[in-house]
Amino acid sequence: MRTERAVAILLGKELRAELRSRELLQTTLIFALIVVVLFSFAFDPTAAESRRFGPGLLWIAFLFAGTLMLNPSFAREQANDTLQALRMAPISAFALLLGKILANFLFLLTAELVLLPVFAVLYNVAILPVVGRLLLVIVLGTLGVVVTGTVFAALASQARMRELLLPLLLLPVLAPLLIASVEATASLLNDEPVLDPTWTVFLAAFDVVFFTASWLLCEHLMEG
Amino acid sequence: MEKRYGSLVALRGVTLAFGAGEFVALLGPNGAGKSTLLKMAALLVQPTSGKVEFPERAGAARESVKSSVGMVAHSTMLYDEMSAAENLLFFARLYDLDQPQRRTAAALDSCGLPDRAGDLVRTFSRGMRQRLAIARALIHSPSLLLLDEPAAGLDRQGIAWLADTLAERHRAGCTILMSTHGRDDSIASVTRAVTLSGGRLGADSGAGGDPRAMLSAVPVEG
Repeated sequence: MRTERAVAILLGKELRAELRSRELLQTTLIFALIVVVLFSFAFDPTAAESRRFGPGLLWIAFLFAGTLMLNPSFAREQANDTLQALRMAPISAFALLLGKILANFLFLLTAELVLLPVFAVLYNVAILPVVGRLLLVIVLGTLGVVVTGTVFAALASQARMRELLLPLLLLPVLAPLLIASVEATASLLNDEPVLDPTWTVFLAAFDVVFFTASWLLCEHLMEG
Repeated sequence: MEKRYGSLVALRGVTLAFGAGEFVALLGPNGAGKSTLLKMAALLVQPTSGKVEFPERAGAARESVKSSVGMVAHSTMLYDEMSAAENLLFFARLYDLDQPQRRTAAALDSCGLPDRAGDLVRTFSRGMRQRLAIARALIHSPSLLLLDEPAAGLDRQGIAWLADTLAERHRAGCTILMSTHGRDDSIASVTRAVTLSGGRLGADSGAGGDPRAMLSAVPVEG
């Protein structure tokens, strides 16, 4: 079977399962909202402080929410050993991984897009004039989180204490991505917003490198 | 073949060859290595040393080999939050079957669950889940069927259905490897018996041999 058809079938299954249970989206969204609201109460930032610290808070909320969301993506395939059924199907390991990556990307992006206006209101940040460029940064950053996180979630799913293992593995690896995403977002929230191409190129390169690595390692990852 | 999990040796020095169309019962107590052997044959577990070969598909892509194998494991390999029909349709599509809807309906009919097609699997009894798991393993008409204690959870009627289904598949030329540690109707069509113990190969009635003596030594299930 062609990879894109297998990916479409797997993605359809993930979306159907999530639309039915809504457990990933709801949990992630509520968690991310709590983080943003708590930071807002804790710092009570002025407009200038929001522009300075806001991007960091926003991306930390995205990152924590992503970690929370990514954990069950493979873990819930363990319940009835459905991952074994997927591994037995005549599809490539890459199709299996890509189906998970795309589903996680859609879920996390949806949560972020809901969170973004809340962040703008709470932190008094004008995002409308830069919304297109901001979305570019969010898409690139989210892709990096999801590609890397899905690979690590596949690794951690076999381990005991996987809930603790995933953030321990993932967060240090995502540190460069976090810095680039925060810097790119901060450059857009300045008084004179200019998207620094250095950071967007860095984000795109990060995505390409980790996506290629996941493609090269997927057979190994999916082995029992 | 040998399979180690850390210091635990699950299989040691096992060499087996199965011919097309054989119906083999893998016998032995818990921990004998039956499930490990079946998972290796399903390409789910890599042997630590040795290899699994499919001579009839030598040189074929791994995906092609996988499309000819079906497995019923200890777990149902079903999604609890999807309905019976959704589960079967998902796997029918994943195996790229023609007319997946028709194949799904036929599979539900064959396992006696057409009335529960739209119900979520989590609402099913253990026996119903097992029937559906067997239907899932058979939906793509595999030429090699691997069954790990498939009668588990089935009532007397379910075991009779399983025996009929396996006999029918065997007559159609399907090679069947089935682990069991209890004697029930599902072993009625068995043509060969192999015993494993402590990860080692024990007795083997051999291809064309008579497995009845070995099977009669198996305790009656239930």
